[in-house]
Amino acid sequence: MTTPEKPKTEAPKEPKKMNGAEALIRCLENFGVEYIFGLSGGAAIPIFDALVGSKIKLILVRHEQGGTHMADGYARATGKPGVALVTSGPGATNTVTGIMTSHMDSVPIIVLTGQTITAMLGKDAFQEADIFGVTMPVVKHSYLVKKTNDIPRVIKEAWHICQTGRPGPVLVDLPKDITSAPFTGDTLDPEMDIPGYKVPGKPSKKDLIKFANAFKGSKKPLLLIGHGAVISHAGKAVKRLAEKLHAPVTNTLLGKGAFAETHPLSLGMLGMHGTAYANKAVINCDLICSIGSRWDDRINGNNAEFCVNAKKLHIEVDPAEINKIVKPDAYIIGSAREVVEELIDYVEPLDTKEWIEELAYYRKQWPLKYSHDKGLTAQYVIHECYKVTQGKAIVTTDVGQHQMWAAQFYLTDYCDNWITSGGAGTMGFGFPAAIGAQFGRPKDLVVAIVGDGGFQMTLYELATVFVNKLPVKVLIIDNKYLGMVRQWQELFFDNRLSGVDLEGNPNFVKLAESYGIKGFHIHKVEHCHDVMTEAMNYPGPAVIWAEVIKEDNVFPMIPAGKSAYHMIIEPPPQTQKLEKPTGST
Amino acid sequence: MTDSTQKSKDTHILSMLVANKPGVLVRVALVFARRGFNIDSLVVSASINPKYSRMTITAKGDLATLDQIIKNLNKLVDVLHASEHDPTHSIDHELALIKVKATPASKTAVVKHSKKYHAKIVDVTDNALIIAQSGVTEELDEFENLMRKYGVIEMVRSGKLLMAQGKEAT
Ligand SMILES: Cc1ncc(C[n+]2csc(CCOP(=O)(O)OP(=O)(O)O)c2C)c(N)n1
Ligand SMILES: [Mg+2]
Repeated sequence: MTTPEKPKTEAPKEPKKMNGAEALIRCLENFGVEYIFGLSGGAAIPIFDALVGSKIKLILVRHEQGGTHMADGYARATGKPGVALVTSGPGATNTVTGIMTSHMDSVPIIVLTGQTITAMLGKDAFQEADIFGVTMPVVKHSYLVKKTNDIPRVIKEAWHICQTGRPGPVLVDLPKDITSAPFTGDTLDPEMDIPGYKVPGKPSKKDLIKFANAFKGSKKPLLLIGHGAVISHAGKAVKRLAEKLHAPVTNTLLGKGAFAETHPLSLGMLGMHGTAYANKAVINCDLICSIGSRWDDRINGNNAEFCVNAKKLHIEVDPAEINKIVKPDAYIIGSAREVVEELIDYVEPLDTKEWIEELAYYRKQWPLKYSHDKGLTAQYVIHECYKVTQGKAIVTTDVGQHQMWAAQFYLTDYCDNWITSGGAGTMGFGFPAAIGAQFGRPKDLVVAIVGDGGFQMTLYELATVFVNKLPVKVLIIDNKYLGMVRQWQELFFDNRLSGVDLEGNPNFVKLAESYGIKGFHIHKVEHCHDVMTEAMNYPGPAVIWAEVIKEDNVFPMIPAGKSAYHMIIEPPPQTQKLEKPTGST
Repeated sequence: MTDSTQKSKDTHILSMLVANKPGVLVRVALVFARRGFNIDSLVVSASINPKYSRMTITAKGDLATLDQIIKNLNKLVDVLHASEHDPTHSIDHELALIKVKATPASKTAVVKHSKKYHAKIVDVTDNALIIAQSGVTEELDEFENLMRKYGVIEMVRSGKLLMAQGKEAT
């Protein structure tokens, strides 16, 4: 390799000759990309080469799944697209879970994959995988670039598509000869060519009036806030709407933060592990208006019994969601924020005094609770974390019981402060997502609340945290079980435990220390508060190993496939046999 | 609703204008396959603009799923538009090639039937005829049934081509 010479001054400059990879990186720089989460390999070397000396900081990850989740966490925390870069074949297939995760939750990421040279496509070349074909069902759009000069247009389109309308992942497959060849196009900012791509515009006044009229006369309204409200940053608008209508608000798992959960009108999360009072509101409301929620089966359970007597309204950016699960009495297409902002002027306050009193009764009757009877619980640990951080941290979670307890006990008041894999339920997501979030928001406190099972799926990114001195806090809820599955086996499969015992867990403090990261240990109720305080105030990266009681269950619970009428609020007596759930999963 | 109207209601013709790019067909097919919708026939062809292609798809399935399919087709970046066409405001046409056994005894009858159905004998060998027929699907079905009596060796059909009538765009 040659060392780059110092640029000679003054020589009248011809525009520097670029290859495809350099054109690609220039385009991303021009869009303001700060970080690329990547892991290299033969087919991607030209692109990594172009990153040398770029304004974009390359973050070397330890596994491509981690890199893709980082891009996702970055995107969710900042609202800007996250970018991952990997090599062909196994590098590319390692991103599939991450792409699917972003797709299910409508997160804008761009995944750049190296590919074998075009002459070898389809010939089983070394590390050739048809990643364009493999990912087709889980991308918003994708490209296999066949001409070097197409790169700027493709990147511009990818950038636009991934974050407009309903956001989602875009994959760009880049054969090595295409990134290596000279770029001879005349602009890095060409016209896009996507006449088939439609983004909904602003709703018309007529539609807004019609939709607003649907609220009239409701005595028991309920606003259901979903991820669309977070993505479009509808927080302020939703607050004004709810306050003007005097309507109580519930949020989905992904809708956390779009309406402050500490607001008096908030009922918190609804659905399978939602609060009893939110689910009681679902049963008893006379009108439910989804603002950017797609009526997921974790919310509706059994559609035939879902809000049967209530008028259903739907504010939705994606026309394909209308009538998919729920047939709304009225709907309006547009981004949640734009619609709600306009809608406020057309609705009139409702008389909900009695309704709010009714809900206050449920809230008093069935609060979320936990006890110290059996020892240190996950709920208490998470609740302490909430109190110590004053609810201001960006929280990412993994998937399982700890995720549901985090949703219940870490109330979220701000858009973009709650990052979890909702649609996909991807174990291994939480920790790398926190890394991405911390890169995007370096000044904020980022806490990853993870299970002992899921953390072990992507813990190798501790090296990434260490190298980049990211002050991420990883709170491991160690119950020595794949707890959520154990819960289902206990409740619905006669406690026949099968494949859920995580014997062999490491000492997570020592594990962290071996990566050069500070470890904290919580195993008693009495010292939880002090250790948590110390850990959360620790200036660098920290792993907090919370050893909690092994057998505990998340309640309330609506068994999969059942409606809110079948909510189990308190632990059922040991003797009670429950039917096996029939819902989607 | 009687059974037969139910059946014809379950058959839908969709027409699409799509970008003329590799992979578009797979994206379109996935929208159907994922929802367990079987495609009966599919025609991809040039449109007047070489940048775009036409797709005409005949498929069977329930209306709710069809609605989802059309919306999801329209969501594809490479699809300019996708819509179902009402047979009363559109023209459809199909082409068939049928290879029929021809014995000295049957030949005359086959030729006679072909004439009646405006079908053309396009190839003659010692023991088989290839007949080309174009027209509406129902006519093609009838003719095919008729030919079965004489022994159909092979058959290829294009699937429906469709165009909206008058000023309406397909
Ligand atoms: C990649 C992946 N594999 C399997 C599952 C199924 N699953 C859902 S929750 C869960 C248990 C998670 O265990 P842990 O991470 O320890 O969290 P806990 O439930 O104990 O809090 C499993 C296996 C999943 N969601 N994702
Ligand atoms: Mg666990």
